[in-house]
Amino acid sequence: MTTSTGSKYGTGQRTVTVRVNGRDVTREVSTRTTLADFLRDELDLVSVHLGCEHGVCGCCTILLDGHSVRSCLMLAVQADGHAVETVESLSGNPAELHPIQESFAEEQGLQCGFCTPAMVLRTKEIIETGRELTDAEVRHEISGILCRCTGYQNIVNAVQSASAKLRCGAAGAGCGTAATDDSTGGRH
Amino acid sequence: MKPPAFTYCDPDSVDEAVALKNEYGIDSLVLAGGQSLLPMLNIRLARPEALIDINRISDLQKIERWSDVLEIGAGVRQYQLEEHPLVQELVPLLPQAVKFIGHIENRHRGTVGGSIAHADSAAELPCTAVALDATLVVRGPSGSRTIAARDFFQGWMTTALEPEEVLVAVRYPVMPWTAGHGFVEVARREGDFALAGAAAVVNLGEDGRIASLAVSAASISDTPVRATAVEQALAGELPTKENIARAAKEIVPSVTSGDDMHATRAYRQHLATVVVQRAITAAVARAHERSNAQ
Repeated sequence: MTTSTGSKYGTGQRTVTVRVNGRDVTREVSTRTTLADFLRDELDLVSVHLGCEHGVCGCCTILLDGHSVRSCLMLAVQADGHAVETVESLSGNPAELHPIQESFAEEQGLQCGFCTPAMVLRTKEIIETGRELTDAEVRHEISGILCRCTGYQNIVNAVQSASAKLRCGAAGAGCGTAATDDSTGGRH
Repeated sequence: MKPPAFTYCDPDSVDEAVALKNEYGIDSLVLAGGQSLLPMLNIRLARPEALIDINRISDLQKIERWSDVLEIGAGVRQYQLEEHPLVQELVPLLPQAVKFIGHIENRHRGTVGGSIAHADSAAELPCTAVALDATLVVRGPSGSRTIAARDFFQGWMTTALEPEEVLVAVRYPVMPWTAGHGFVEVARREGDFALAGAAAVVNLGEDGRIASLAVSAASISDTPVRATAVEQALAGELPTKENIARAAKEIVPSVTSGDDMHATRAYRQHLATVVVQRAITAAVARAHERSNAQ
């Protein structure tokens, strides 16, 4: 072999440092490990649920640098130097739930709970945009995550309820009722 | 589930990425946003010897205007097209089309170059590149070359890229301010691959007739299709409902996809006509809006 650019790269292990739920974590990972497997198996963050493992169900959604992404469609090495947030960052204590978690409980925005961590994180991201959404818009915004129990209506209610709570909480501004409409949210 | 073993390379320059591509050739794949490649690795449809991850190459992340061209780096994320002021102002068809790509979680990772190099005929960015007469900039061991979008897509997920080349940027001609655009898709569920999709860009003359029209369609053949017969049928015509409906039927012979689990060919022919008609109608409405606003 001549001067090989690839020789500095290999198939084996890499050391990565990822900011996970606010703390820097350094680990050796196999370069073919997905971020989802890394979070579950190495860091015990088992809220990252694996349904399809090829980007269809959305249950492994996490926030990467604040943006929702499917963690089964990333390699753990790609998260090196980035910030990851899982639902464990909100509250691990059932007695002190985050307002979003509270709203999902109150509105029964879950049944089996498999999609719930992803839905809660996506809700956080939606609320952080600061936009007030109609029910149809909420349906569109959560369409990347499949729920096979609720029929989505209670999830939409939970998103609206959490959104109203957090907007009211934020300096008491914009404390109106959430915008609603009668559309079922289908785009086609 | 885990991908097969591969040599993981994460170069930080285009030159190094090209050197790696030259070294591994056809046994290597470029990893951009991973929204198509990671599923293929996870279910082991793809077994590359080397994976060349271009996510650390900052030169691929730029959006820049060069006189009448907007150059978008191959590594720019799809959601950035929805939000970027230069894209909204200069090539407004893109933000509209990009919203149809999967779900927001996919667009947060998926890249412009990744979608185009993957060349799925149902995909929005290949379809819009063909309608907009975009030019693709690719780099290989002997330097850069450019390829017109309509020559780039050669067959089912097959492009004019050579095994040792890397797609580095897409050059979009800036759309005239008075141009109208439309992008329409039909899918069974939100975020699904389109059963059929169409992009249209129209310029109207002062007499209200069609001065120029570009139409392309997605998911009706092995590649995105430039609908020249539709364009010709409307050249110099008034964009009336009847004229648009008549011209849209010219897309039917371009529908070469056979019956599959999603749709029969006959249904796709029908859908292709519908989306082409709607895309042109939307483009004309927008062009009227623009000229009234002037």
